[in-house]
Amino acid sequence: MMYSLIIIVMSLIMLVMAFMAIHHKNLQVAVIASGIISLFASVIYIFLAAPDVAITEASIGSALTVVIFFYVLNKIRQSDDTK
Amino acid sequence: MIRNSILILLIAGMAWILFQEFSAYHGADKLNSISEYYAKNAPTETGAANLVTAIVVTYRGFDTLGEVTILFLTAAIIGFMISTGKKTDRKPEQSNSELLETASNVLLPILILVGVYIFINGHLTPGGGFLGGAVLASAIILWLMSATGPKISHALLEVTEAFSGFGFVILGVLGIVLAGGFLDNKILHLGTFGTLLSAGAIPVIYSLIGLKVGAELSKIIIVLNQTQGEEK
Amino acid sequence: MKYFNIEYISMATGLFLFLVGLWGIISQKNIIKIIISFSVLDTSIHLILVSIGYIRNKTAPIIDGVVSKTDAATKIVDPLPQALVLTAIVIGVGVTALMLTYALRMYSENKTLEINKYKSLKW
Repeated sequence: MMYSLIIIVMSLIMLVMAFMAIHHKNLQVAVIASGIISLFASVIYIFLAAPDVAITEASIGSALTVVIFFYVLNKIRQSDDTK
Repeated sequence: MIRNSILILLIAGMAWILFQEFSAYHGADKLNSISEYYAKNAPTETGAANLVTAIVVTYRGFDTLGEVTILFLTAAIIGFMISTGKKTDRKPEQSNSELLETASNVLLPILILVGVYIFINGHLTPGGGFLGGAVLASAIILWLMSATGPKISHALLEVTEAFSGFGFVILGVLGIVLAGGFLDNKILHLGTFGTLLSAGAIPVIYSLIGLKVGAELSKIIIVLNQTQGEEK
Repeated sequence: MKYFNIEYISMATGLFLFLVGLWGIISQKNIIKIIISFSVLDTSIHLILVSIGYIRNKTAPIIDGVVSKTDAATKIVDPLPQALVLTAIVIGVGVTALMLTYALRMYSENKTLEINKYKSLKW
C-alpha cells in the first residue's frame, strides 16, 4: 500500500517532466527533464525487483545520455556564437 | 489546423489500442514455462548466482553479441561522420578550477576500480558488464573534463576494443569445440557456487563485454569532445 | 482494488509516457526535441517490459541467503524481461548518440534545427 502511494507520486512527477521535456522552449531544460524521467524510472525498477536494470538505467539513461546531449547542444551554441 | 486534427486522431487511436492492451493485462502469479526452466536449471547448469547474468551471457549470449555489434557500428559511424579537419583534444583557455583537478586526481583510480569490480562480480551481484562499461566511460568523461594527467592513449583504446571483441567471439567458438555449443560457459571448471572464481567462463566473458562496452562508449564521448574545440 | 498494485501503476505510467513520447515525435519541429521525445519513448518501453515481468510478493532473481537453489522457481520474478531490457538500454544510448550526430551534421549543413527548413530532401 505504502509502495503504491510512493509509485503514484513518482509517476505523476514523471508525467509532468515528460510534458516539460516536449513543450519547454529551452532545450537544456528539456534535456534535464528527460534525464529526470530516467532517474525516477530507475527508482521504480527497484520496487519492481529489478536491481540490475535499475542501476544500469541510473548510470546510462540519466547520466551518459544527458552528457552526450549537452556535448551536442554546446557545439550548436558555439556555432551560433561565431555566425 | 487539419494537420493537428489528424495528429490528435492518430494519438487517440493509439491510446485506444493501448487501453485495450492495459485492460486485458492481468498480473501473473507464477512464472511462465521458459522462465521456470531458467529458474530451476540455471544455477546448476551455469553456476551463476545472478540469473539475469546467466541469461544474458549464456542462454541468450547471441543477443549480446548482436548488441555489441550494434554498439561497435554506432561508434564507427559516429567517428566517420565527425571526422572533420584537425583533431585536437580540447584545451581550455582558462585553467580549470582547483577543486575539479584535485577531485579528479583522487576519484579517477577509484572510479576505474569500481567499474572493474562491477564487471568481475557480475555473476554474483547486480551490475555486470554493461554497467561496468558505463562506469568506465564516466571515468573517461571526468578525465576529459579535468584535462589533468597524461593524455588518453587512442592506441590503447583501440587495442582494448579489438582485443575484447575478438576474445568474445573466440570464447564463443571455443564453446562449440570444447563444450555444448556457442558461448557455452563450461569450457572452464564450474567451481564452488557463490565464489568469485566460479560459473566457468562467465566472469571472463562478462569482463570482455564490459571492456568492449566501455571502450565503445568512451570512443563516442572522445569523438564528441574533439568537436568542441574546433574553430567554425 | 486490483489496479492499485504496483505493476498496474507502473504499466499505466509506461503507457502514458509512450503516448507523450509518440506525440512529441510526430508534432515537434525541432530536431533535438524529436530526439528527446525518442528517449522518453525508449524509457517508457523499458518500464512496460519490466512491469510485465513483475510477479507480486516475489524477490529479485539472485540466489543468495533468501532464495536457495531449490526453491528459486517459486520465489523470484521473471528474469527474462530484465535481461532483454538490460541490452535495450545500452543499445538505446548508442542509437541516441547516432541520431544526435546526424542532427549535428544537418545543423552544420543547413544552419538551422527546424526540420521544415531543410531543403535537401524536398523536390
